[in-house]
Amino acid sequence: MRSDEPSLLLKLSAIGGLIFLHWPLAIIVVYAFTTEDKSYQFPPPGLTLHWFSVAWARPDIWAALTLSFNVALVATGLALVLGTLAAAALSRAQFWGRDNVSLLLILPIALPGIITGIALRSAFNLMDLPYSVFTIVLGHATFCIVVVYNNAVARFRRLSPSLVEASFDLGADAFQTFRYVVLPNIGTALLAGGMLAFALSFDEVIVTTFTAGQQTTLPIWMLNELVRPRERPVTNVVAVLVMAVTFFPILAAYWLTREGEHVAGGSR
Amino acid sequence: MTSTSATAVLFQNVSRHFGTVRAVDGVDFEIGQGEFFAMLGPSGSGKTTCLRLIAGFEQPTAGHIEIFGETAEGLAPNRRDVNTVFQDYALFPHMTVLNNVAYALMVRGVPRAEREKRAREALSLVRLEGMDARRPAQLSGGQRQRVALARALVNRPKVLLLDEPLGALDLKLREEMQEELRRLHKQLGLTFVFVTHDQGEALSMADRVAVFNKGRIVQVGTPEDIYQRPTTRFVADFVGSSNILTPDQAPRFGGVSRWTSLRPESILIGAAADAMDVRQTAEVIDQQFQGAMRKTRLKINGLEICAMAPASQTLGVGQAATVGWSHGALHAMDGEGNDV
Repeated sequence: MRSDEPSLLLKLSAIGGLIFLHWPLAIIVVYAFTTEDKSYQFPPPGLTLHWFSVAWARPDIWAALTLSFNVALVATGLALVLGTLAAAALSRAQFWGRDNVSLLLILPIALPGIITGIALRSAFNLMDLPYSVFTIVLGHATFCIVVVYNNAVARFRRLSPSLVEASFDLGADAFQTFRYVVLPNIGTALLAGGMLAFALSFDEVIVTTFTAGQQTTLPIWMLNELVRPRERPVTNVVAVLVMAVTFFPILAAYWLTREGEHVAGGSR
Repeated sequence: MTSTSATAVLFQNVSRHFGTVRAVDGVDFEIGQGEFFAMLGPSGSGKTTCLRLIAGFEQPTAGHIEIFGETAEGLAPNRRDVNTVFQDYALFPHMTVLNNVAYALMVRGVPRAEREKRAREALSLVRLEGMDARRPAQLSGGQRQRVALARALVNRPKVLLLDEPLGALDLKLREEMQEELRRLHKQLGLTFVFVTHDQGEALSMADRVAVFNKGRIVQVGTPEDIYQRPTTRFVADFVGSSNILTPDQAPRFGGVSRWTSLRPESILIGAAADAMDVRQTAEVIDQQFQGAMRKTRLKINGLEICAMAPASQTLGVGQAATVGWSHGALHAMDGEGNDV
């Protein structure tokens, strides 16, 4: 007999799966408040906000946070411009090799980070490009572009091409057409893509390890802290921060694209 | 042609090729100022490409286009005094009705109060009032059509292009909008260029019709010309329906030895046929009631011929009947351009 109601076993395994995925995150949050700083004793002997003030006072955390924030901001900005341009070109024009170009664009997110990282590192070496904030941004931009491109291209495809023609027909120039017709229709997709790109860049580790010189981004700082622990719960405090910074943009992106479903592309 | 002799749009040997596809292939025509000009043809016949060439969305591969005496090749769409009503209306979904209509004024920097006043005037011209604040998604198909018209007319273009604007509407609304377009054309005195694949629409609305096939114009003329005096088999067949006689068959029907068109409604059956120039005996194959008329299939000279009988004239299957038509009903044509 068929029933819309899932079986108890299915429900339990679904709940079990979700717990398995999110339990470790909960643990990290809990240990940000523990009073014990040498070992991860469970349950924590006591709860305190002490580590938040310790973290607040550490300049190395602030330096790493600022760097990560700036890198994410620049990489996202770069991705927004290039990703939108690529999406506009590939969603409309028909040209030889279009599908290949689109595949090459998406490749960085499909490739393991370590491959992208090594490839970029040897490319930078060949170009005699010193490792710097700039090389980190370039590395991050490779996958940030994909995210923006994917969001924008889906929206462009829903946008009736006659809208742009109508704008030109009514006397608008290219800039006015972009400003008054294209941008309002792809705006939420760009915001969603941009937020996702920012979140991806903000917590990226693998590509960064290959493209950074002496710079320490926040995730790299955390990795270093785990190897030689001092004031262990401080790392957890930072982890909570990273979660917050990446979680909210992703949630916002989710809501924005969901709403985008109702924004009609054509007007038939 | 209307009374004014000025030329609104001129095409001289214009071609537009896409790779190996000759979408438009050596087209010549002239549209008079204030004329209601229809471009009629099956899909892929090049009529829409011609419209896009006038609008500036396409540039000719070869040939010369003039709009009001000004060379149009190389002129971008936003530099032409021509506006389009798109097949899918292309209303801006994120803007209100009023802002959609005022768009052409907004991008030209007309101050808000002035452009809203003129947009409201355009909306009242198409009889759509009180919808200013709505979004296109909140309108019915007929209302969107009116917004698209108002938006294209707000700046009083020299030429209004209409790309199958009635295709998405149901029959009742279509007829209403056809009258509306005729009224607007008369009222504004603008040049209208109308693309359609519906021959009835073209015949009933246009001053002149250009029939397209395979990227070429096969005939240009008044609706009467096109319908009563088709120059090719293709036109006779595409515009209305017709009995097409080969050069061998035509003499047996009272014509000359050329391709000949004989319209179903020109064939009279029974007593009415007595006064006609050509009389034959026919056998009734069957009849189909169509409301105002009865479509009657006949066998004449061994050939199946379609006639239109009055609805009151019922004929039995297999019955013999006298049929007749005037010499003028037989229209000789070129055999070319028949393949659709």
